[in-house]
Amino acid sequence: MIHDLSSFLKAAPAEEPDSLVVKASPGQLSRRGLLAGAGALVLALSLKPQELKAAEPAKFGADGMPHGWRDDPTLFVAIAPDGTVTVTCTRSEMGQGVRTSVALVVADELEADWGKVKVAQAHGDEERFGNQDTDGSRSLRHFFMPLRRAGAAARTMLVEAAAKQWGVPAGEVTAENHALVHAKSGRRIGFGDVAQAAASVPVPDRASVKLKDPSAFRYIGKGRISLIDNVGITTGKAQYGLDTRVEGMLYAVVARPPVFGGKVRSFDEAAALKVPGVVKVVTIDPPAPPYEFMPTGGVAVIARNTWAAIKGREALKATFDDGPNASYDSDAYRATLEQAVRKPGKVVRQEGDVDGAMKKAAKRHEAEYYIPHLVQAPMEPPAATVRIAKDGKIEAWGCVQSPQAARDRIAKRLGIDPKDVTVNVTLLGGGFGRKSKPDYFVEAALCSKAVDGAPVKMTWTREDDLHHGYYHTVSVERLEAGLDDKGMPIAWLHRSAAPTIGSTFVAGAKEQIPIELGMGLVNVPFNIPNMRMENPPADAHVRIGWFRSVSNIPRAFAVQSFLDELAHMAGRDPKDYLLDVIGPARIIDPVKIGDAWNYGEDPSRYPYDTGRLRNVIETVAKGAGWGRKVEKGRGLGIAAHYSFVTYTAAVAEVEVGPKGEVSVQRVDIAIDSGQQVNPERVRSQLEGAVVMGMGLALTAQITFKNGRAVQDNYDTYELTRIDAAPKIINVHLVQGGSWDKPLGGVGEPGVPPVAPAIANAIFAATGRRIRQLPMRDKLSA
Amino acid sequence: MIKLNVNGEERRFDGDPDMPLLWYLRDELGLTGTKFGCGVAACGACTIHVGGTAMRACQTPVSAADGQPVVTIEGLSPDGNHPVQAAWRELNVAQCGYCQTGQIMQAAALLKDTPKPTDADIDAQMSGNLCRCGTYPRIRAAIKQAAGLTPKASQGDRL
Repeated sequence: MIHDLSSFLKAAPAEEPDSLVVKASPGQLSRRGLLAGAGALVLALSLKPQELKAAEPAKFGADGMPHGWRDDPTLFVAIAPDGTVTVTCTRSEMGQGVRTSVALVVADELEADWGKVKVAQAHGDEERFGNQDTDGSRSLRHFFMPLRRAGAAARTMLVEAAAKQWGVPAGEVTAENHALVHAKSGRRIGFGDVAQAAASVPVPDRASVKLKDPSAFRYIGKGRISLIDNVGITTGKAQYGLDTRVEGMLYAVVARPPVFGGKVRSFDEAAALKVPGVVKVVTIDPPAPPYEFMPTGGVAVIARNTWAAIKGREALKATFDDGPNASYDSDAYRATLEQAVRKPGKVVRQEGDVDGAMKKAAKRHEAEYYIPHLVQAPMEPPAATVRIAKDGKIEAWGCVQSPQAARDRIAKRLGIDPKDVTVNVTLLGGGFGRKSKPDYFVEAALCSKAVDGAPVKMTWTREDDLHHGYYHTVSVERLEAGLDDKGMPIAWLHRSAAPTIGSTFVAGAKEQIPIELGMGLVNVPFNIPNMRMENPPADAHVRIGWFRSVSNIPRAFAVQSFLDELAHMAGRDPKDYLLDVIGPARIIDPVKIGDAWNYGEDPSRYPYDTGRLRNVIETVAKGAGWGRKVEKGRGLGIAAHYSFVTYTAAVAEVEVGPKGEVSVQRVDIAIDSGQQVNPERVRSQLEGAVVMGMGLALTAQITFKNGRAVQDNYDTYELTRIDAAPKIINVHLVQGGSWDKPLGGVGEPGVPPVAPAIANAIFAATGRRIRQLPMRDKLSA
Repeated sequence: MIKLNVNGEERRFDGDPDMPLLWYLRDELGLTGTKFGCGVAACGACTIHVGGTAMRACQTPVSAADGQPVVTIEGLSPDGNHPVQAAWRELNVAQCGYCQTGQIMQAAALLKDTPKPTDADIDAQMSGNLCRCGTYPRIRAAIKQAAGLTPKASQGDRL
């Protein structure tokens, strides 16, 4: 049986927006919150069956997320007497450009002058702001329309205030580029001059708010916007989590058990205290499993500067009992997963008679693909600062994708009310899923508590980040196809064995959860009559988390490599073969192909449209000059993938030298994510996804030996650098369509097709099929 | 007692002379534009100029800067309009932005020594600076623009 995550989520009904209750004065936003929420995934996993029975009908999109959405203009817009418009961004900025994009949506509907727009970052308070869990490529997907309504409602209030001041009907007043205009009398007044009066205009009823016609958009979809944080970023003034400075602040690092589930055995507190600047040594207890977002335990060293804390940690010479995962070994575990996929597993999708069709097939082909652990390794490691006031109230600052989760976990661990915790969100120096898990906030809070509430900044070194991660899963994907006499598949069997993210939330979980199954295992839209997907169990020996695009990475690599293999077996052009396996353009109900999750979206609004998948393949093929002759030693590879309700396809041009030296010369990538709010940022996300996809394709992996992560730092966890990055990355945006159609995700969907496109290009160049990531060392071997 | 000149200001430090300049700048002086990324000179996020040369602050002890002028991103230009900074903004190079101060300091050093860099020069001088967001195509383009190597017509209509 396939669990329906969206039905899990309905126990967390979206609140009605409190737009008619809350009023903020111009230039000032109230920053106090009321209640706490939980991350969607955590909620989904923690609900008990009896709670599910009592649940309401399914909710989708932002409605299905904890605390839903808000469109109250007083939450999102403040206008100062000098005309400065401050837009509150409730989503975390980690490089996707969300602060710019959120602001431009509001500014456009408000009819504001972009040069007078600033952005304030909301603290974590989902009861007030709606869902803030910046994850799953859904900020604009979920908040585009609420933000438009907020901007339009604020414009309406300005118009009414001006009309009242002039004693004319509101219908005769228009907003034009930061001013209100009464054309009949030629009167004009700036936003700032009417802001105070507008603040006392009642917030208009949602249904009465008139949105702009898209033909009148000034910023939305235009792609000529300078990043709102450009000056701060280029001058060093931008504030990231690690940059927090609070009066009287101390600095901490933690010696953590090197093996997941281990415990502290001994440490030399006196030696650490002898290091000049060290002020305190604190033991942090691990939680009872599941670890969820709680710290793994260890020994914290608190000092007067980061360097002293690091030296103090060395002096501890901490030892640990390794616990049940002491023998975790990546080579041995790979063999375990390979054994698992060679036996039947839980059936998660079934159509037709796979076994019968396999027997009748003219030919059969099978292959196994191995995809190792990865770690997000954002350039800014996890960092949080916490202080506890005399009255017990907590204030925190840090880089976090889910500030409400940080708030809730601090409160839970310290046994206080979440409303007594304020989490301020800084810029994130990258996130990629790591900063959804606020264990480092809890560590900072425990340290602050140990020094009577003094502010403590928790710093993770890069070694900490690589050794104590929430790792991208490791998986073996086994594919088997029965082929007809033309080499087309008539039977398809895909078994996926991988430790599940669910194990981080439910101790001992061995089966993949709907979000994992729905990332390219069950929901392949192939025109194959007999299909079966199975999920054999797999034990987790480390914390399994999510990494940009999650299970789509192994699925796209395996499935798109396998189709390329089948194409070559059939003597067909890989692009034509791929299109033929997808079949004609048609609309597919995701539920009917085993995916009741569908990225949390309504299957009727977001069906699987194979026409769009076909179109990105055709678009990228055209853009890349698919079929062109390439130099000796080079090859072109193609791959396509659907993820986060968005369609992507990539063509890689790869060169392989005589000793197996591989270089990626050029990547073309096409995306259809529906209408694009900020096309320039869509391009940048796709450029970045190509580089990240290339890193995991060729060089990056985390391996374990004796339970310990082998890689320490960027010298051994090898990521793509500028000299290796393709000199040419062409992003092909599929644009057009209606603004009434719902938006797709952008941040993650670029990653999955890159590795298989490179693998297929390597095959085209060399005739060598590499079925495991990373591929570089397999070529030179 | 170590005497330093940081962004034109005289400083004295009598703490641990082995403390990396990175933590001295960040924790003691509050110059947080110099970033911590790896601590082992493997990412370039902490790139600063010591005696006019690009250095990794995480592997440069305070003592090594004794008597040397130290320039951080905060001191690269008085108004934040060094040609590299301006090009970075014009091309919207940054995604998360965290590594970009180090990239800019490295690029500024590159252009000082090699005013008209080739792609090979850029590869050689910039490959120590990691960007997890993958902004390399724009970093390359921005360096060329700052060097005056990009004809206006080819800058495209991205922005």
